[in-house]
Amino acid sequence: MGVSSKLGNLGVVTTTVEQAVNWARTGAMWPLLFGLACCAIEYMSSQASSYDLSRFGMELNRATPRQADLLIVSGRLTRKMAPVVRQLYDQMAEPKWVISMGDCASCGGVYNNYAIVQGVDEIIPVDVYIAGCPPRPEQLLHGILTLHEKVKSERVADWA
Amino acid sequence: MAVAAQAQSIEEQRKWEGSIDQLRGLVSERAMTGETMLLNMGPHHPSTHGVLRLLLELDGEEIVTCLPDIGFLHTGIEKSLEDKSYEKALPLTDRMDYLSPMSNNMSYSCAVEKLLDLDVPERGQIIRVICLELARCASHLVWLGTHAIDMGAMSVLLYAFRERERVLGMFEMLSGQRMMSSYIRPGGVWRDVPAEFLPTIKQFLDDFPAKVDDYEALLTQNPIWKDRAQGVGVVEPDVALAHGMTGPALRGSGVNWDLRKAQPYSGYETYDFNVPLGEHGDVYDRYLIRIQEFRESMKILNQAVARLETVKGPYRSENRKYVPPLRSELGQSMEAVIHHFKLWTYGYDAPDDEIYSAIESPRGEIGCYIHGTGANKPRRVHFKTPSFIHISALPVMSSGYLLADMVAIIGSVDIVLGDCDR
Repeated sequence: MGVSSKLGNLGVVTTTVEQAVNWARTGAMWPLLFGLACCAIEYMSSQASSYDLSRFGMELNRATPRQADLLIVSGRLTRKMAPVVRQLYDQMAEPKWVISMGDCASCGGVYNNYAIVQGVDEIIPVDVYIAGCPPRPEQLLHGILTLHEKVKSERVADWA
Repeated sequence: MAVAAQAQSIEEQRKWEGSIDQLRGLVSERAMTGETMLLNMGPHHPSTHGVLRLLLELDGEEIVTCLPDIGFLHTGIEKSLEDKSYEKALPLTDRMDYLSPMSNNMSYSCAVEKLLDLDVPERGQIIRVICLELARCASHLVWLGTHAIDMGAMSVLLYAFRERERVLGMFEMLSGQRMMSSYIRPGGVWRDVPAEFLPTIKQFLDDFPAKVDDYEALLTQNPIWKDRAQGVGVVEPDVALAHGMTGPALRGSGVNWDLRKAQPYSGYETYDFNVPLGEHGDVYDRYLIRIQEFRESMKILNQAVARLETVKGPYRSENRKYVPPLRSELGQSMEAVIHHFKLWTYGYDAPDDEIYSAIESPRGEIGCYIHGTGANKPRRVHFKTPSFIHISALPVMSSGYLLADMVAIIGSVDIVLGDCDR
């Protein structure tokens, strides 16, 4: 099983620190247990049996931002909620990533009115945007895999 | 520039710290002296079912009172509706109670139909009943999974969502969308059911009762579940009525009030089903009622599917002043093209009148009030939503119980913050 059977008697693996760290980061990226509106229900569907996010090492949702790597902003962000989301983002430890899930989080969606922040990128930096109202679980999975690709291409020099 | 200004205003809001004097009259005098403790819960909390904030006053571990703080999901939907013609406003109603968008569509469509005096053909009514009952199952399945996970039964969610995916698959079959379907529209439904729908729903109706038994096997006689749920969050019937509670939360207290029986709509009076009632008004009774409602919904669905096979004909009104013609008519009839153009550019005029129409959603009475202007846009649209009322009843339900019971009580009234804040 696993690495030992593939390696046979070699006993040595060579890689770079960069690749090893990025591999670890993409293999167990813990999302914050956080939902805003409709998209949060599709996010729950992605966690549940049919779509099973744990295939990507993401079954462990942390309720506290101190232990989370990934903030999935799932739903419409109101002006009353915006300071809370910003505080949650600030409380997350580096390295951290943000996925903006759905039209409302990405650009305000159908609500161009007094109550809704026109995109979560007005208050926090976003790595991946997912379109849809709400996006299907497959779309969320695609967004997460896109983020994994981005993380894998990060370089040590950029972390400093 | 705007971004910088917004960031600054957020900084200022975060620096704000309220004085305890602002809470005088809302919390007990003991909190003023520091004898009891004030604890903040939410808006980021896994057990508040969305972005609800509660300020709890605690005497040791006992809740003295709780102050709900709502509006974290206020979307301005009612205001936005005033700027849209009646048909184009419908997709916004999907996004209020996002666990059962079909009920919102139905509430709004019923109100518009009442305002316009618009007919709905029988087949359309049957399809509506099927959608509403499937929506009830889908909504209750989310409630079951999240309620159980709050109380420590982690596995129920996985079973509940397995079945919910099948219901969402059927919605997608009908409307092309899993959740925000906009399928029920004024005058009927958007389109007829596709050929593959009937075999799918029949298979679901065959399988689902056994799944409900599975959920019950996990919870109903589970001693931990009973300890957490029985005798917790008790609401007396008169208190429930005084707070205006509806739906399973009211019926848990033993009040027989279900709009499907009391003010039937969409032909509900012709279906044979029971309204389950509780005795004690506690968390456990509200759980049992929703489980029973799965079974009653199955009864209604079985009857409705049988009728759908026999009743043919139009699925939406033929009144072309209000309901757009079929696409197939557009190549044949100049009249149809004119109606189509008129309806999708201007819409239709509704009388200068006010009406209220309510239906029984999975959470309770969701009512729609429309005040027409005589033109193509309403003067005011207001929704009376069950979650808003149930949140206002949270203080009376929770005072005197333990802090750990709070999550059980919140789960048992099944609030949706999108429904409350709109």
